[in-house]
Amino acid sequence: MTEPLLKIQNLEAWYGESKALHGMSFDVRPGELVTLIGRNGAGKSTTLRSIMGIVPKRTGSILFDGTELTGKRTFQIARTGIAYCPEERAIFSSLNVAENLTLPPVLKAGGIADSELLRQFPNLQRRLKSQGTKLSGGEQQMLAIARILRTGARFLLLDEPSEGLAPVVVKEIGEQIRQLKAQGFTILLVEQNLSFARKVADRHVVVENGVVVDTLTNSELEADMARVKTYLGV
Amino acid sequence: MFDHISIQLLLGQLLIGLINGSFYAMLSLGLAIIFGLIHVVNFAHGAQYMLGAFVALLLLNHLGIPYWGALFIAPVVVGAIGYAMERTILKPLRNLDHLYSLLATFAAVLIIEGLMRLEFGSTGLPYASPLPGGINLGFMFLPWYRGWVVVFSLVVCIATWLLIEKTKLGSYLRAANERPEIVESFGINVPLMMSLTYAFGVGLAGLGGVLAAPIYQVSPSMGSNLMIVIFAVVVIGGMGSILGAILTGYLIGIVEGLTKVFYPEASNLAIFVIMIIALILRPNGLFSSPESSR
Repeated sequence: MTEPLLKIQNLEAWYGESKALHGMSFDVRPGELVTLIGRNGAGKSTTLRSIMGIVPKRTGSILFDGTELTGKRTFQIARTGIAYCPEERAIFSSLNVAENLTLPPVLKAGGIADSELLRQFPNLQRRLKSQGTKLSGGEQQMLAIARILRTGARFLLLDEPSEGLAPVVVKEIGEQIRQLKAQGFTILLVEQNLSFARKVADRHVVVENGVVVDTLTNSELEADMARVKTYLGV
Repeated sequence: MFDHISIQLLLGQLLIGLINGSFYAMLSLGLAIIFGLIHVVNFAHGAQYMLGAFVALLLLNHLGIPYWGALFIAPVVVGAIGYAMERTILKPLRNLDHLYSLLATFAAVLIIEGLMRLEFGSTGLPYASPLPGGINLGFMFLPWYRGWVVVFSLVVCIATWLLIEKTKLGSYLRAANERPEIVESFGINVPLMMSLTYAFGVGLAGLGGVLAAPIYQVSPSMGSNLMIVIFAVVVIGGMGSILGAILTGYLIGIVEGLTKVFYPEASNLAIFVIMIIALILRPNGLFSSPESSR
């Protein structure tokens, strides 16, 4: 069996006095697309933020490609080859689309060239001079994903890319994510939209109260939707 | 009422206003960069301006380095002092309310000015003009050096604005102003960038001090006297607005100069009357935009 690219063990994280993760353990293998699913406040987004070193305090082990990340700063973690797309997209209002797109520097060889990004995300091409935050929600999401692809990172952390988008746009985003997986990217995806998650993922890690309570392959999820819906409270 | 006002007097005061405005613009530019990009209300800006003038004076008196050398060396020295201040005093306060960094920089003013007063006394020290002489413009005699100050500060202001608005480095700074953690997640060393931004803003204050040394007496209190006006300029322009700081700096200098023609007693008051009106009509400043603090 392939060695995991990301191996998280007993990860705990805090926001001030409040403990958000209580010992998360799971792994992601190269080329896999794994989703973190669970209710609101379960700790899914905090897991991604902990991997990137954005939470104020974390303990445990985050091993990425043989490198321990818990002692590293956020910019050092990014330089190991991980890219993060936050839930709220974080499009910068003071920059136009072109500036937003080219803001992340190329950190490693193998990043997607800007011309190729515009081919892959054609909606952005005709809005290059627009202010970033004037784009529609779907376009902003595409911009947020597109810009992290130029860094050369091969491991993507995507936080709820389908959130708040129209079904037709969600479908388009799903197609983009499938394409990224086909291009060899390893993806850890936080998702509440179960129908979206099952269309794109290989495996699903169920998170509840800051711990992993179950792990299912996509076929197991299809076979036992009732169990998963209980976890999600839907 | 104004029949005693000649065109010569008017133009002369306009030019003096422009010269004062050059100092206001350059100092408020540094202050606006520091506040706009790293959210520190840098009360020490005046003290750092004073340090620039003293470094120029010491370079001349002890090392024989003339003004033109000091123009490059002093801002670097003062910027390095600013960098050390940021790393040791301000960095630990980054995630706290802005009030903490304001108080810390205010404490730094008291310490820096106190030490300088102990060493150099309170009386001003002269610094010879590197450009003696001047030109008769018909309506006034313009010393070459003051003309140089207007041109040089304008070039520095425009270059700084272009750096922040039109370069990749400027994009990083503007983006980090909005969401530093996201910019850091792109692999950019944001904490270092913030320290260097502070050092750059402080370096601009130091540069202002070097420019001021041949015009004003070099004294420990030279910065404090100016700071209240500089803060008014930044508030009128919009806290953190780079362009606002530059344009308002020149505007306030000119208004102050013209007020001296029409009603000299009100020349200082005029600045603060404008500030109050600006705050009532546009509380975020004349040049702030709703989407951005720039």
